[in-house]
Amino acid sequence: MKRFGITVAAAALIFFAGYAALFIAPDESTMHAIQRVFYMHVALWSAMYTALTVAFVANVAWLATRQMKWDWLGVSAVEVGVVSCTGGLATGVLWGKPAWGIWWTWDARLTTAFLLWLLYIAYLLLRGLLEDPERRATLSAVFGIFAFLDAPLVYASNRLWRTQHPAPVIFGGDNSGLDPTMGKVLVVCIFALLPVMILLLRDRYRLERMRHEVEELRLAAEAQAADANSVVTRSTE
Amino acid sequence: MKNFDFLFTAWMVVWAVFFVYEFSIASRMGGLREEIERLKQQLRER
Repeated sequence: MKRFGITVAAAALIFFAGYAALFIAPDESTMHAIQRVFYMHVALWSAMYTALTVAFVANVAWLATRQMKWDWLGVSAVEVGVVSCTGGLATGVLWGKPAWGIWWTWDARLTTAFLLWLLYIAYLLLRGLLEDPERRATLSAVFGIFAFLDAPLVYASNRLWRTQHPAPVIFGGDNSGLDPTMGKVLVVCIFALLPVMILLLRDRYRLERMRHEVEELRLAAEAQAADANSVVTRSTE
Repeated sequence: MKNFDFLFTAWMVVWAVFFVYEFSIASRMGGLREEIERLKQQLRER
């Protein structure tokens, strides 16, 4: 029932955010329609930063406490972060072609963002290679903390270097800024995506808990089979 | 509306990514649910 409530709220918010981005936000004078990708694009990156920060905290918490729930939260948040990052990169590419005339360029912002995506894909692949749960949790937590170092670099890249990517319009200094209505629509879009991310994170966490349950049941079944074999061996002696 | 096709594609791609991801979680959960039932059954029978 609680999940149903969150789902309805998320759907309503997303619907309103989409409507606001397409019809309420004013037209941008140079890019026109394609500028409206901005609302989804920035909201996706915000969702990604939120998910990866949760993953970072979970990775540190695992190393400090060795409680499995932190490992489950860590991998769940990374996966949700990778999904948001994929959406962020895709919207960026689809904005780039009409705005710049090219799909992609290796400037600082795009390169660091692509690197971030690759690092977290590597994190997920690394987990698949390790069988022992404790070892898998520790190695992926260390790798996750290392990968997170790129996140602030992505954020700062178009502040530190001259990039093809537009200069920041939020917290970008004296010459930056956003039309007040555009700003409000952006805030709505950012907050509309959060319940979606929470739902995905919750489901992914449940999946990880179920995986752990399967591993424990397999061990119990193996132990039971070993016991049965030793009883048969003793009785035949 | 100029470049509406790009805007529409971007919107569709994002929602496709989310739906595919949610579907993948649901299908993986379905597989694990069956595996849990099978293992519990196996433990009960022995």
